[in-house]
Amino acid sequence: MNFVALKMLFGDRAKYMMLLAGLTFSTMLIVQQGSIFWGLMTWSQSGITNVNAPIWVTDPNINQVEEIKPLADTAVNVVRSVPGVEWAVPLYKGVQRARLRDGNYEQIALVGLDSSTLIGRPHTIIEGRVEDLRAPDTVAVDQTGVKRLGGAEKIHLGATFEINDHRVRIVAIVYAQKSFQNFPFVYTTYERALGLTPPERRKLSYVLASPQEGVSPEELAQRIHAQTGFGAYTGEQFGWKTIWWMLENTGIGVNFGTTVLLGFIVGMAIAGQTFYLFTIENLRQFGALKAIGASTAMLARMILLQSFTVGVIGYGVGIGLATVFGLTAGSGGALPFKQTWPLLVGVGGALFMICSLSSAISIRKLAKLEPAVVFRG
Amino acid sequence: MTPPHVGSTHQEPASWLVRARGITKAFGEGDTKIPVLKGVDIDVASGEVLLLVGPSGSGKTTLLSVIAGILESDEGDVQILGESIQELSASGKTNFRRDHLGFIFQQFNLLPTLTAAENAAVPLFIQGVPKLEAIARAEEVLRTMGMGERLKSLPTKLSGGEQQRVAIARALVGEPQLLLCDEPTASLDGETGHRVVEQLCAVGKHPDRAVIIVTHDSRIFEFGDRIVHMEDGRVDQIQQREADLL
Repeated sequence: MNFVALKMLFGDRAKYMMLLAGLTFSTMLIVQQGSIFWGLMTWSQSGITNVNAPIWVTDPNINQVEEIKPLADTAVNVVRSVPGVEWAVPLYKGVQRARLRDGNYEQIALVGLDSSTLIGRPHTIIEGRVEDLRAPDTVAVDQTGVKRLGGAEKIHLGATFEINDHRVRIVAIVYAQKSFQNFPFVYTTYERALGLTPPERRKLSYVLASPQEGVSPEELAQRIHAQTGFGAYTGEQFGWKTIWWMLENTGIGVNFGTTVLLGFIVGMAIAGQTFYLFTIENLRQFGALKAIGASTAMLARMILLQSFTVGVIGYGVGIGLATVFGLTAGSGGALPFKQTWPLLVGVGGALFMICSLSSAISIRKLAKLEPAVVFRG
Repeated sequence: MTPPHVGSTHQEPASWLVRARGITKAFGEGDTKIPVLKGVDIDVASGEVLLLVGPSGSGKTTLLSVIAGILESDEGDVQILGESIQELSASGKTNFRRDHLGFIFQQFNLLPTLTAAENAAVPLFIQGVPKLEAIARAEEVLRTMGMGERLKSLPTKLSGGEQQRVAIARALVGEPQLLLCDEPTASLDGETGHRVVEQLCAVGKHPDRAVIIVTHDSRIFEFGDRIVHMEDGRVDQIQQREADLL
């Protein structure tokens, strides 16, 4: 009866299109909003992913990566003294003010890397050499910085601008994941970063560390915390800590969650109502099938097949449309859009629920349908 | 055709295909309970065309539904092919209908998105016959009914008479032993109705098959081997065709 079920579905074009539109819209809305949400979360922890260190050591009361609570310079050696530490280096991170050649100001995220190892440097170099940061008054600017600080004509290798009245020269253009605040990343050495920034009692933002072979990052992070009292997290732990902080302290989670729920409800309402109408309009035909010898289970299978067929098509079209949106609106990293497989699996699960629930309403009606209805003129 | 004559509801035990005894059925409860069938006995023999006639509310359609096993009687027993319908489980009744009964409805109840051949093949789909084989068998039955030119037509493109012929093909394709027809001519004009019943009786009159037709249409009475008149939930009168009495 699969053939009959599919012909019933595709034959009623108006209802089929209505169902498809509802499920497609639902999928697209959930995927699009979910992808933007996850893109924002990715941006929120870009300070961690761009540096890509195994362990982050910081003040024990820190909540998220952008919340800098500087440590004493001695912290680096304290961490190095913990058994199982392969290496530990300082990292400066802070928002500073850059003055452009046209006199305008722009806020930047200044990152100071350990000068001897350059640990935490960006992986993708667009132009120049990061090693040239060891030369005096040099910086590397990310792709956002090129745009925000004046465009490719003004920001290029050898170009200069000022950070807190200190002139710096660009020796590399790099790619970095955008930050939530969307400040351009400007990389320099740790020592130079201290010189470029206003005087403070403490300037060491983080100590980056790595475990020796045979020691897991989780284990070493616990050991560092236990022995030094500092907060110590693996990159992944720190990333999730940042995400949870964002969800708890901003309206992002509620906002996106509401939209996703709306997508679910709209999909559910359209699919449920259309399926129910479809069943009601074909009630006599279903009654006839029951009288002829089709069991309720057989009719339920027909309804489920119809529901999941249109569900799968709607899922594909919806994801396709959301992807096209992501590729166009989010091209060049203009929009945080991160489509991940867990999101697609989750949306598949949501659609499965929508199809199951909307089918259940129709199946319930058919289960109660007396085939004798066909003998009533 | 010879006009029917008054006769008996009962057939010889060896020849009956349907035997109903003491069938009662009431709808509603308490003070609003309305008895519709009040102890109906009826036999239908193999090869027989039996017409169930009577005024609206006399219980014809209810009796047909009880015989079909799609409505539970309050009392009594219906046996078809020696099988007691009441003793079957719900799924047993469904399977029994699928394997042994054919239905023709007043409003055809064809699936609007299926072609004539596909509609006629539906009972075979339900039985699990592969699609191509089912459609081929349905087309064969439709051809015998003069519908060879309309096999691929959708119901909306067919006249009332053609739709009813598709419905008859659907009822016959599974080669059921008992055909149950509810007002098969009610939605057709006189001439078409006459032709459809003629065709129905021609294919339905088979030594191993019986046909029960519920009808108001006196123009088709001539096709019945016996006519059972129902009145107020009871069998009021039985007419048997004179030719059979001779």
